[in-house]
Amino acid sequence: MGETGNSDAVAAAFADGPAYVPYLVVGDPDYESSKAYVEALDRGGADVIELGLPFSEPIAEGSTIQEALVRSLDAGMTPERFFAFAEEVEVDAALVCMTYYNLIYQYGDGEARSASNASGEAASTGPRPFVERAAAAGIQGLVVPDLPAEEADPLREACDEFGLDLVFIVAPTTRADRLDRLMERVSGYVYVQARLGTTGARDDVSDQTTESLDRLREYDVPKAVGFGISTGEHAERIVAGGADGIIVGSALVDVVAEGVAEDLSTEEVADRLEALSRELKAGAERGYRSRTEAVESA
Amino acid sequence: MSETDTRTTEETERARRPGRERGRDDGKFGRYGGQYVPEALMPAIEELTDAYERYVLNNEDGFMDEFRERLADFGGRPTPLQRAGRLSERYDTEVYLKREDLLHGGAHKLNNALGQVLLAKYMGKERIIAETGAGQHGTATAMAAAHLDMPCTIYMGERDINRQRPNVFRMKLNGSEVKPVTTGRGTLKEAISETMRDWAATVEDTHYVIGSIVGPHPFPVMVRDFQAVISEEAREQAIEKTGGLPTDVVACAGGGSNTMGTFAEFVDDESVALRAVEAGGSTLEVDEEAGVAPNSASLYAGEEGVLHGARTKLLQDSDGQIMESHSVSSGLDYAGVGPELAYLVDEGRVEPVAVDDDAALEGFHRLSNTEGIIPALETAHAFGYLEEHHEDLGDRVVVNVSGRGDKDLDAAIEETDRRDVPNAPDMSMFTGGI
Repeated sequence: MGETGNSDAVAAAFADGPAYVPYLVVGDPDYESSKAYVEALDRGGADVIELGLPFSEPIAEGSTIQEALVRSLDAGMTPERFFAFAEEVEVDAALVCMTYYNLIYQYGDGEARSASNASGEAASTGPRPFVERAAAAGIQGLVVPDLPAEEADPLREACDEFGLDLVFIVAPTTRADRLDRLMERVSGYVYVQARLGTTGARDDVSDQTTESLDRLREYDVPKAVGFGISTGEHAERIVAGGADGIIVGSALVDVVAEGVAEDLSTEEVADRLEALSRELKAGAERGYRSRTEAVESA
Repeated sequence: MSETDTRTTEETERARRPGRERGRDDGKFGRYGGQYVPEALMPAIEELTDAYERYVLNNEDGFMDEFRERLADFGGRPTPLQRAGRLSERYDTEVYLKREDLLHGGAHKLNNALGQVLLAKYMGKERIIAETGAGQHGTATAMAAAHLDMPCTIYMGERDINRQRPNVFRMKLNGSEVKPVTTGRGTLKEAISETMRDWAATVEDTHYVIGSIVGPHPFPVMVRDFQAVISEEAREQAIEKTGGLPTDVVACAGGGSNTMGTFAEFVDDESVALRAVEAGGSTLEVDEEAGVAPNSASLYAGEEGVLHGARTKLLQDSDGQIMESHSVSSGLDYAGVGPELAYLVDEGRVEPVAVDDDAALEGFHRLSNTEGIIPALETAHAFGYLEEHHEDLGDRVVVNVSGRGDKDLDAAIEETDRRDVPNAPDMSMFTGGI
C-alpha cells in the first residue's frame, strides 16, 4: 500500500517526477478505436490513465466531453463492456475509472438489491459490487464527480476493501473546513480543479490554480491539476507552480472528435494523441526541472 | 407586541410544525435525498442551506413577511377553494378545487419562484438562472425576476421550446434570456443538467432557482416550504367551508412541487388519503433496448438511484442510465421525482397512481366543459384519475388545479385530434379539417 493511498501503481506513478494523467471516454467513438487511442496515450508517456465510463446525465462535463459520452453510449457502451475494455487494453499506466455515482450504485446483482429494498434496509449491495468488479478488471482507482465527501463513506469502504484509490476533486470554491474533510477521505491523488465551470480546454492558466495549490501545500498527497490544460506550455507552468501531475481530458477528447468530424483513420488519430501526449508530458517534465532547480539554487 | 412581531411569531411557529421538520436537519428522507453534487457547488449549497435556515425558517430580517406580502399583492393569494358542483354530482362526492390556476402566471409555480428570487436578493446574489420544462417554472421565474429587478437566464430544452412557444415569448417579454438546450432529447432533464453546468461556473454571484422539490438539499425542503402555502390555505379553507378535513387530497406529480405543496399540511392528518397522480404516458412498459420509458411515473414504476443531486426514485435501465421519459404534458415529463415523495410513498403515506395520456385528455375536456375551467395538461391527469377512480374516494375530495391550460391549447387540439376522445368537441376545425 502506498503512503497516501491504496494502490501501489498509482503511488508509483507520482513517485518519480510529474505524473501525466490523460483522460479519454472508453468506447468513443467505438470500442476498438478507443482501445487504440488509450494505448497511444500510454506510448505518449501516460503515468495514470483516467477512463471515462459514460453516464446519461453528466452534470460536471462541458460540451466536448458530453458529446464524447453520447458517442460512446450510442455505440453501445455499458459498465460490463467497460470492464472488458480495462481487461483487454495493453498499457503500463495505472488505470482509474471516472464515472457518476448512479452507475456505481446500480451495478451488481439486481435481485439482491430488490430484496434489500423490500426489507427496507440501506441496500446491502450498494457500491461494493462495482468496486469488486473494477478491482478484478485491474482498475486502480475511482473519480466520481457527483459524489462529495459527505456521501462517500460506503464507496470509500468498498475501495479500501478492494485496494482502490478514491480520488476527490478540490474546487477553487472549496473552503478550508471542507478541505480537511476531503483530505481525510482522499487516497491516491487529489484532483485539483483549476477553475470554476465544467470541463473544457482553455487558452490560459487560471490564477485560481496557483491559489488552490498554495492552499493544498500542507497536505501530504499528490496534487494533480485538471480542467483546461491543452498544451505543453500549460503543463510546464502548472507543474512549475507546484503541481505533482497534470490531468488532461478535453484537449485529448477534441482530437478524437476531430477524427470523427474529419473521418480520419484510427492510426492517424492515435498518432495525434501520442504526439500531443509527448508534448504534454515533456512540458510537465520541463516544469518539474525548473522547480527542482529553483529549489536547489535557493 | 407590534403587528410585525406577531406575524414573525406566527411564521416561526408555522415553520416548526412537526410534519414540516422532515428532511430539514440533514436533507435525508429515510434513504432518499442527500447532496450528490460536484465539489465546486458544495460551498454554494452550504451557503444556501444557511440562508434557508436564517430567512425561511427563522424569518430573519422579516424575509417570510415580505414573501407573504408579495405573494398576496403581486401573486393574488390566497387562491380560492371552490366547490365543483357538476363534478360533485357526477361522482356523487363533494369535489373541491384548489384554484392555483388563479395564481399570477396561471400556475402554482410562482410560490416557489418568488420565494427563491427574493431569497437570492437577501443573499446578495446578482443573477438568477433556472431550468424549465413546460415553461411554467421559467415564466414564473422570469416574472419574479422582473418584479424584483434581477437579471435572469432560463435554460429550456429545444423540444420543449417547440411545444411551448407562448411561454418562451412570455419569458422574453419579462426580460429574461432563454437559452435552448440541444443535448439529449431536449426536455426537462437535459435543461436541469445544463443549468447545473452554468451554476458550476458562476456560483459565486448566481442563484439557481430550481423548479421543483428535486435536486440536492436544501432545495427539496425549501421548495416544499414555499409551495406549502397551497395546503396551508386549503386545509383552513376546507375546515371553514365544510366543517372538517377532506377525506382525500389529489394532485398531479411530475417532479412533485405542486404535489408536495398540496400535501405538506395534510401529511400529519392520518385520516386524509394523499393521492399523487403521475403521467402514465402511453404505457407503463419500459423499452430497455431503446432506453425509453413512455411514461413519467417514477413514483409508481421507478427504482432507487441518484440523479441531479439527490437519491430518489428514477426511471432508469438496469445499468443505471436514465431513461427518456414521456408524457403528453411536458411539465410532468421528468425521469425523477422529489426525494420526500419517494419516501412518503415507501412509508405508505402517499399513494402513487398513474393516469395515461388518453385519460388525461378526457380529464382536460371534462373540467373544461363541465366546470368552465381549462386546466393545464399536467393538472388534467388529476381529473383523469377522478373519472377512473372516483369509487375509491371518500365523500370530501380536494383536487389541486395546479395550472391553467392556455399554454396547452395547441397541444390539446393536436393530441385530441389524433385520438378518439369521447367527451371532446370536434377539433378538426382547428387543424384545417374543414
